[in-house]
Amino acid sequence: MRKTFPKRRYSACASAIAWSFYVFLASVLGSAPRADAADSLDLPGELTGFVALDSRVFFNSRQFPQQAHHSGLLSLVAAPEWYLEWNGGDDAVLFSPFYRGDLQDPERAHWDIREANYLHVGSSWELRAGIAKVFWGVAETQHLVDIINQTDAVEDTDGEDKLGQPMLHLKLVRDAGVFEFFSLPGFRERTFPGRHGRLRGPLVVAVDDPVFESSKGQRHIDWAARWSHTLGSWDVALSHFYGTSREPRLVSGLDRKARLRLIPFYDIINQTGVEVQYTGDSLLLKLEAIGREGQAQYRAAFVVGFEYTFFQFWKAADIGILSEYHFTDADHSAPLSSFEHDLFTGARLALNDVEDTQVLGGAIIDTVDGSLSWSLEASRRLSGNWKVEVDLRLFGNIPSRSPFASFNSEDFVQLRLTRFF
Amino acid sequence: MSVSKRLSLGILFLAIALPAVAETPQEKGHAIAIEADSRDTGFKDWKGTLRMVLMNRHGETSERELRMRSLEVPAEDEGDKTLIVFDNPRDVKGTALLTFTHILEPDDQWLYLPALKRVKRISSNNKSGPFMGSEFAFEDFSAQEVDKYKYEWLRDEKLGDIDCFVNTRYPQYGNSGYTRQITWVDKEHYRVHKIEFYDRKDALLKTMVLTKYRQYLDRYWRTHDMFMENHQTGKTTRLVWGDYEFQSGLSEKDFSKATLQRMR
Repeated sequence: MRKTFPKRRYSACASAIAWSFYVFLASVLGSAPRADAADSLDLPGELTGFVALDSRVFFNSRQFPQQAHHSGLLSLVAAPEWYLEWNGGDDAVLFSPFYRGDLQDPERAHWDIREANYLHVGSSWELRAGIAKVFWGVAETQHLVDIINQTDAVEDTDGEDKLGQPMLHLKLVRDAGVFEFFSLPGFRERTFPGRHGRLRGPLVVAVDDPVFESSKGQRHIDWAARWSHTLGSWDVALSHFYGTSREPRLVSGLDRKARLRLIPFYDIINQTGVEVQYTGDSLLLKLEAIGREGQAQYRAAFVVGFEYTFFQFWKAADIGILSEYHFTDADHSAPLSSFEHDLFTGARLALNDVEDTQVLGGAIIDTVDGSLSWSLEASRRLSGNWKVEVDLRLFGNIPSRSPFASFNSEDFVQLRLTRFF
Repeated sequence: MSVSKRLSLGILFLAIALPAVAETPQEKGHAIAIEADSRDTGFKDWKGTLRMVLMNRHGETSERELRMRSLEVPAEDEGDKTLIVFDNPRDVKGTALLTFTHILEPDDQWLYLPALKRVKRISSNNKSGPFMGSEFAFEDFSAQEVDKYKYEWLRDEKLGDIDCFVNTRYPQYGNSGYTRQITWVDKEHYRVHKIEFYDRKDALLKTMVLTKYRQYLDRYWRTHDMFMENHQTGKTTRLVWGDYEFQSGLSEKDFSKATLQRMR
């Protein structure tokens, strides 16, 4: 979406208007017929998915003049998914587009094909061809090893939203574990907030002017392999990736229009990853580690942590405490990491009620400079196919010399209302 | 009468009396469990659909729909493998739970979260926790292996028109929410018709009534209606089973972490 939205001026009642729009849309969506959507369209297969309304409210006013006054105040997400299988599920196709509309930040407004692939299942192998999504990892607060899909960074700050990645994915299921091989043609660039958007530094990322180490640019074919296995209480995986780094180095420079910007540099890297999880009675121990070569100096990073759950702590409710330590050994030419030597401590509450109420909250502290980042995520099912989620993110104590200093005034709360179908 | 004669007479008396007193209530209870288990072995695998209707004290209901499949593991010391896929409510659609049941050790469990495409190994210490907010605990869903309990026969009793054995069973696995369960098992087919669950304080917590039994492959009986009532909260959950299918050729590979990632 490169279309520029007209500049809007918001009055004090913008919020009230937005909310009445919310209520209107909610009532329209709520009255939609409950019949199976795929049936009513005479489409073979199964049509599911969701439509959601997001509203972000920042506690502090904008810091940079181009930023919209009420960035993210109202945003709409649509994510339908169509699935068709035959041969008893041994052959299947999946199509899942994604759209976000955002009135204030045209870089945040975007569409993507999250999945469009064909799957064939053999006796002890599987082949998936097309655009797909793959997750690697065991940790909760950073996904270090996960590298197949590019992060859709305008969606959220947690790095869990991903862009669809074209791939050929072969999976061999053996007694010695699962062996996977990936060929990844077609590189996806990371999304970043535009000049009208919040949650950015003083310099905007020139998403349209990336620089690639490979002369093939986006057409460089990347490769990856992974072995994963379960040995009693231990789940382990080893992986290797060769190709264009999903994480760019951001270097200040001039873009094509000679504006001062952060230019994303995508290097060719080799990355080896390790994942280990021990599952005990109530205790989970987790480790993710990577070694990366090709981007500045050789870089090592790990995240290590635990989660301990007190089941039925109070009536049916479970309470878990979790902590993860992040370490990155990188010099200044490496991509900026907000996880250099940081400690996360938090708690997870699951009420185990009919509405499936869940809360996850915690804080990450940088053990060297004392920067703090708080986060709270709560969700609850409403009647029927509705769900409400509240996310709160607070940043503080970030030293003014830090490249993340501008986040000090980017505290926000987000409310999401989702209708599943 | 000589001492030796008296002794041999005593032995003779014992020999006659033994068969009658040999079976203690514990042995009888255990024998009933073994008979019930043997009548249900050899099914290889089964699939079924499940609708759950949850009702609170005020009569408000909410529903869940899921699919379940199970693979019989022939080894005596290992439990069955089960896979549950959630279809409704829609926000958890596609979520799947894979369980490798063990007899006394904690089960192995993996949860698949479709939004993230993530398979998460989870702790199975939640045995006494509610399943999807219902009145069924995870352990109520677990495959019923003989050695998970110690048994005691209490009495014979008619439940309605059905002649039943009434047994107590005491969970032997860790983290159970129950001190004991009282079961009503019919004498003809060894099917469970009613279970009373006693909580950790030994107070009556729940009663489950199992009805609408139908026979599959001329051998395996399956209930189509399980009604659980929580006496302490007044909430109820009804499980309506359907579309049972036996021996559809499922194998180990249908119950693996790799399969979980493409579960629908």
